[in-house]
This record gives sequence, C-alpha cells and structure tokens, in this order.
Amino acid sequence: MLAPFTHILPLASVIRRRMLPSDGRIRVKIGQRVKATDVLAETVISRKHILLDVAQGLRVSSRQAMPLIQFKKGQKVNADQVIAETSGLFAREVRSPVSGRVVVIGGGKLVLETGVSLFELLAGVPGIVTEIIGERGVVLRASGSLIQGLWGNGQLETGVMMSVIDRPDEGFDPNRLDVSIRNSIILGGILDNPAVIKNAIDLPVRGLIVASLAPALLPLVAQASFPVMAIEGFGRKPMNSIAFKLLSTSVRREVTLNAASYDRMKGDRPEVFIPLPVTQQPPELHEVDTFLPKQTVRVMSLTGPTRIGTLIKLSSTLTMLSNGLRAKTAEVQLESGEQIVVPLTNLDVLG
Amino acid sequence: MTEPNKGNSLLAVDIGTLNTRAAYFDVIEGAYRCIGTGQSPTTSNAPVSNAMIGVQLAIENLQNFIGKSLMDVEGHLIIPSQADGLGVDCMVTSFSLGPTLKALTVGLLSEVSLKSIDKLVQTTYASVADRFTLNDSRSPSEQVDEILRLKPDLILIAGGIDGGSTSFIEKMLEIIGLGVFLLPEAERPAVLFAGNNQLQEKIRAVLKNVNISPNIRPTLEIEDLAPAQNQLAGIVSTIRQKQMPELDEVRMLSGGFFEPSSYAQGRMVRFLSSYFGSGQGVLSIDIGASNLSMGASFGGDLHLNVFTQLGLGEPMRDLLSQTTLEEIMRWLSLDIPPETVLAYLYQKSILPGFIPATKVELAIEQAVVRQNLQLATRWMIDRLPANLRSSNGLLPSFEPILASGAAITGAANPGQKLMLLLDGLQPAGITTFAIDQNNLLAMLGVAAEVNSVVPVQALDSGALTYLATVISPVSDVDYGTPIVRAKLIRDDGTEMSSEIQMGNLQILPLGARQTARLQLRPLKNADVGLGPGRAGEVDVNGSSIGIVIDARGRPLRLPPDQVKRRALLQKWIATLGD
Repeated sequence: MLAPFTHILPLASVIRRRMLPSDGRIRVKIGQRVKATDVLAETVISRKHILLDVAQGLRVSSRQAMPLIQFKKGQKVNADQVIAETSGLFAREVRSPVSGRVVVIGGGKLVLETGVSLFELLAGVPGIVTEIIGERGVVLRASGSLIQGLWGNGQLETGVMMSVIDRPDEGFDPNRLDVSIRNSIILGGILDNPAVIKNAIDLPVRGLIVASLAPALLPLVAQASFPVMAIEGFGRKPMNSIAFKLLSTSVRREVTLNAASYDRMKGDRPEVFIPLPVTQQPPELHEVDTFLPKQTVRVMSLTGPTRIGTLIKLSSTLTMLSNGLRAKTAEVQLESGEQIVVPLTNLDVLG
Repeated sequence: MTEPNKGNSLLAVDIGTLNTRAAYFDVIEGAYRCIGTGQSPTTSNAPVSNAMIGVQLAIENLQNFIGKSLMDVEGHLIIPSQADGLGVDCMVTSFSLGPTLKALTVGLLSEVSLKSIDKLVQTTYASVADRFTLNDSRSPSEQVDEILRLKPDLILIAGGIDGGSTSFIEKMLEIIGLGVFLLPEAERPAVLFAGNNQLQEKIRAVLKNVNISPNIRPTLEIEDLAPAQNQLAGIVSTIRQKQMPELDEVRMLSGGFFEPSSYAQGRMVRFLSSYFGSGQGVLSIDIGASNLSMGASFGGDLHLNVFTQLGLGEPMRDLLSQTTLEEIMRWLSLDIPPETVLAYLYQKSILPGFIPATKVELAIEQAVVRQNLQLATRWMIDRLPANLRSSNGLLPSFEPILASGAAITGAANPGQKLMLLLDGLQPAGITTFAIDQNNLLAMLGVAAEVNSVVPVQALDSGALTYLATVISPVSDVDYGTPIVRAKLIRDDGTEMSSEIQMGNLQILPLGARQTARLQLRPLKNADVGLGPGRAGEVDVNGSSIGIVIDARGRPLRLPPDQVKRRALLQKWIATLGD
C-alpha cells in the first residue's frame, strides 16, 4: 500500500512548486534568490465592472447605439467622460460614472472594468528560483530543516523562533507571552486557552507553532493576522518527539512559518522551514513509497496522542482491532518499547 | 467450475474519494456472476496526482484474487480478451472522486423553477454557491462581478414554463454571457439550460458550448428532472476529466461508459424498483468520505439526492453548521466528553482516510453516521413530492433498503450494521435490509448501459448481502403497552409466538438459509405496515440476526438523561449482537 509521508527532517533539499490560481505576471527570474515573503508572481483575482446600457441612455435601438459609442475595447475612460452622444435638437449623452477600462462593447452596451484586486504569490520558503512555469508559476529550491504539520490558518511569516515550552506535552501558558518575545514566532504546546490568542494578538507575535489546537478556539484564531500551525492537528495532543526535538534545538534561528491550509489534492501542507547554509546539496524529499519494515512512522489518533515508532511487520490479511473492525494493519514498536497493531490508514511515514 | 464463455467478460471500476474498486464479471453456468473484486487507495491526490495508478493497482489486486491476467506486463489493460483467456471484453467506470463542484443556479421564482434547478444540483457532486432570481436585489454589474468572484464550475439555468414569458431569462442570459466571457477561457464554467424551450435558439446565440436539456418545469405543476439529470451527469464527467486529465484514458478504456457513481447507482435503484416489483419504493444509501447519497425509486420514478455536506471526511469540519454537537452526542453509547467529540470531527476532516482504532473512536464515528443518516432522511423526505410523503412525516415504505459505504459495510458485525441503519433511517412497516459490501451497485449501474443482463444476473447470483427483515410498528401508545402479537411459523414446522411492547427491540430467531411465515396481529390500532390495526402475514428469510421487531417508536425518542440514554443504547446494541 502507498504510504503517505510527513517530512520532519533536520536537513533536506526542498522543492516547492508555487502556482497562481490563473495566468498572471511572473516577477522573478531563474537563478534569482528570494525570501519567503517575496512576491514571485501576481494575477488579477477579482474585478469590479460597470455595465452601461448606452442604447437605453440615448433612447435609441441597440443597433443605432453601436456607431455612437466613442471608445474601443481596451481604452481607458475617465469619470464623467462622454461615452456616447446623439446630435440634433434633442441631443442626449451617456457619461461614464467612474474611471475605468472598456472590456466589452456589444448589443448597445459597454462594460467598464473599474477596479482590480491582485493576488500575490509568495515564495513561502527562502530559496532559489529553478524553473518558471509559463505565466502560471515558479519552482523553488531551498535547503534546511523542514517540519510539517496537520493544520494551518493560511498565513505566512518569517521571524526568529522563540520557545515557551520545555516539554512536548506542555499546555501553552498565556503568561509566558511577554515583551521579551515580542515580534517572534513562538513555539508553544497544547493550545486550549483563549488568552493565548488574545495575548499573542496584543503583543503582537509573528506566528504560533503549537502542538495541537482546541477547535473551540478557531473563531479566535481567525482574528489573528499571523500564521498559526498545529503540528498534530486538533484536540489535546502533545507534540511528537521528533518535531519537538528539532524545533526546540532551533530556537533563536530565523524560521519561515508557512501555515498553508492542508490541500490533499495539491499537496499543500502547513510547514516550518529553517534555512541552513550548505556546501553540498542535501538529498531531495522522498515523496512516494510503500509501507516497509524499519520505517519510522507516526501513529495518528483522532482522540489520543500521536506516537512515533518503527514499523516492524505488515499483516498479509485483515486484522481484527480492539473495537471489532477489520483492517490492513502493521505492527509498530513505539519509542517506549511497547508493540502495537495499527491500521495502515492511521500511519504516515516520517522522513 | 465451468469455463467462462468468451466475449462476455466485463471489468467494472469505481473510483471513489478514498478507494478505487475493480470488479470482474463473467458468465458462469449461463449467467453473469461477480467473480471477484480488488481494491486500492485512490491516487488522485498529491504526491501521486494520477487516479490511473490507483485504477491499475485495484485491477492488479483483482487479478491476484481471480487468478487471471487482465493487463499486459506493462500494465495496459487487454481489451478484448485474447484466445488464451487473457484480458477482458469490456470495461465500465463510475466515479465519485474530486472536489465538490460550485454551482450558480438561475431561476425565475424561488418556489418554482429555482427550487427545481436546486434539486437538480443536489443530484450530483455539487453544491449551490449562489442563486440569481427575479427578486435578486443586486445590479447586473454586481451579478457579473459575483460570477467572476465565485468562478463557478457549473451554471444551471431554469425558468419559464414552455411558452411563457422570456424577458427575465433573456436579461439573465446577457449577464451570464458577459460574466462567462470575462473569465479566462480555462476557468469558464459549464452551462446547462433547462428552462423555457422557446429560448433554446437565443441561448445558443448568446452562450458558446451551452448544454440544453428539456425544460425541468414545462408547466407549473410538472417537474421533470430526468433528462436534465442525464445531461448533468455528462457535464460532471467532462469537468472531472478537465480537472484530472488522466481520466481521459479511463474513459477511453471504458468505451465512453464513464459516469458519476450517484447517477449510475440511481439508474440501478430505478431498475430495481421495477425488478423487485414489491409495489413499494426501493431505497439505496451510500455513505462515503465526501458525500452521502440517497436514491429512492417508486415504480421507476427516481428521486436522487447527493448530500455533499454529510460526507465522513472533509465535510465533517462544517458538520456543526448542519446540526448540533448535542444531536450527535445523543447517539453515543459511551461516556465521551464533548471536547473529544468536537476534536474528532475536525481531526477526521484533515485525516479522512482514518479508521476508528479504539472503542471511543468507533462510538463517535457511528454516532456521526446515525446523525448524518437522520439529516439525510429528513431532507430527502422534504424533497419528495407530496403524494410520496407519508402523512406522519416518517420514511415512506421501502422494500428493500440497500446500504453501501465502508462506515456501514465495514462495521464490526451484522447487528452493528443494522443498528446504524435502523437508528439513522428509522423505517416504518415491513422492510428488508441488504448490504452492498463491495459497492457494486454503481458499477452495475454503468454496466447496465453496456449489457442490461449483467445487473439482473449478478444480483440474482448474490451480489448483495441480505442483512435482515425488520418490522417497525407505528403507534402512539405509552411505552410498555403491548402493540403487536407475532407468530413465526418456520418451514421446518417449529413455531414461536411473541407479544411485543411499545419501546422494545426484539429478535425472533430465524437462522441464515431458513425461511418462515410471519403472522402479525397489531394491537391498539398499531400499524405494522399493512395499515392501522390491520393484521396479515408475510414470508420471511432468516439471517444471522433473525427477524427484528423494532417497536422503539417512530420517531425514535431517546431519554434526555445521559446515563439512562447510554444504558438504553447499549441494551439495544446488545440485542442485535454487539
């Protein structure tokens, strides 16, 4: 069975394909070094339009209105500028209510594009541009530590990481958010106290990396203008030991927290990237494999803690679980030495 | 074993959100049978991002099971089968994978054409993201901007009875035409017009590549979704191919027999309602990771509903916008804190393939299944025409009810499967339950297009697993009052009599492969499905569960006290076999 991967690695070459939602303008070149918050490309995502019924305004038929329109597609129009007019004793005119650009003319009507919103594609990791994908996207390569999580609030920030926890199973204490860690990205524990979010917004901080998050806090998290990432997802789950060790030994380093929403189809995941200087390119991330003995795996749970272990053996037939369900399973030896049987669907490979 | 006839074999594939299944059918002793099935995880998501890999893996697993090669060494399907027996004669595919499609619906009046076009959306893997109606307060410019902001996958237009006024729809066509034109070509939505037939020429002039179907509301009184449903199924297939280009190959291998699973399953349910000829409706339910679909057919008339908000994967994140935590928790037979249940919903939405590994996780998952079935049942009843709804608002009489989806078919034992269905659907009267263990209904639905004999013979040979016959009397007497006297006369001559009290769940033992005559004598004007107070008898088949008399009441009322409620739920679960 194909195994899903979660990357928690001290050093790897990270290849990231960043894509615009639609074709746009690429603002970088191959070989260019970029910061995580640099804009790689941009495109128009929403526009405002004004539909002007010229024929109605001039009180003529649609066909009669067409030659009276004084603009062509693509031309700019100023506010109050005459768009079309009739002559004679009872002359009439149609003026533009706003400034804009003509995008459509037809049927005695004219459409003005009056305002645009730009979507800016951020790099997400500090790295080098290795490929430009038409007018749609960019491929980046970066080297450093990578820690992927399960949930993110869709925001991105770079900053120095500071820790307020000493153990992976600690709760996030709001009192530890003081001015000494202002404007930092904070490594916290289990987040179930609303005061943490309030204090983080007030302080402010540049981001929160937490072990897990109580779903009841989601409306509050939505008010935060900084990234929030939960490594183990929702509930009261301690941080897995490998992620905790890697993060807690990287305190005071500059990190990029890309708390992207988990998109299974595209493969986007929330992640922390810690750039590291390298003399030789480290190996690229392993993305696809089957489950195999000796792999380091994460045993996920929906109600209990996440645990790390080593895959010992795969069952060749369906195994009955303690709740009576039958599933394809693997035997996993946990860090504690305990050996457990886990459905393969509840495992991911760490690497 | 008889050698399969040459030229008849059929490979059916169903690509779901999480799993891809392959089933091989061939003629054995003069009739089609399902020879075997194979399964693989669906591989449309990153990092594989190619659903075809999952199809190949499912076929490989099928090959291993049936001991016959269907693909060559390079993994290419061999069609037709060769003289040496390798390969298969044809392939069909159903699919339910892919993100929920965003639909913009346009209709004249919210209670007439818009209601019908919304219903049409709810027959496929789409949800209504916005509606334009006659009473819309937005200006045409704002409506154009809304199309650009929304970037719908589908625009569905209804409105106007045949021969009626055309002015509003003509005005809307201009707005939609403009909005679609302003979108980049690759992002333009598919458009289906199913309104006033007088507008068809005008539509073609305004919108390029528009799909046109007969009016879904030809008159105020008549609603006819079937032709538009057929068109919509084709449109959805095309959209999925655009989203996942590898599906072109699947469609090509399938000779064009490539359909949305819900549509194919609907075809099977419609066929079965004629095939069983019970005079009652046939109901199919399928609970998947991304949606819950319900197909009800009465005399060949299909009412299909796809509830994209009730899937057991990603949609769980927004489930509390459809129901409350208390409503879900009332189905818990274990004492579990609300924070744990809430965290489960959110965690499952990011790990949709997760299998409940503990008793607590299973209790929560099955509580959600019960609540989602309840919601779907309520919504489906609301959408049925008045003549098909029962006066007491309960589920109309169905015979049989067919269930698929791993949350039900994978339950620990037959009793647990039945309990989920009884609590969730709360049927009334006499009903037979069957399980579609390998999700064959959708595959057979597409296969019926190629060869109408395949589904008939495959079902006759036991493609579905009989679960139990259930009698659910309806009465408003107090709990503890006797409401039915039942006498089971087995074919071996043994008899069993029982008096069932209101509020009880009781089993009349009748083993698998045993048959019996069941006499039912209602008391206190109770309705056992034959009419209030009417007695009668029916032939019944046994199963590992037996014959179930579910006199717990309709609708089922659970005690408000948590401890008493949990004890009662545990007692019922134990009755059907924990």
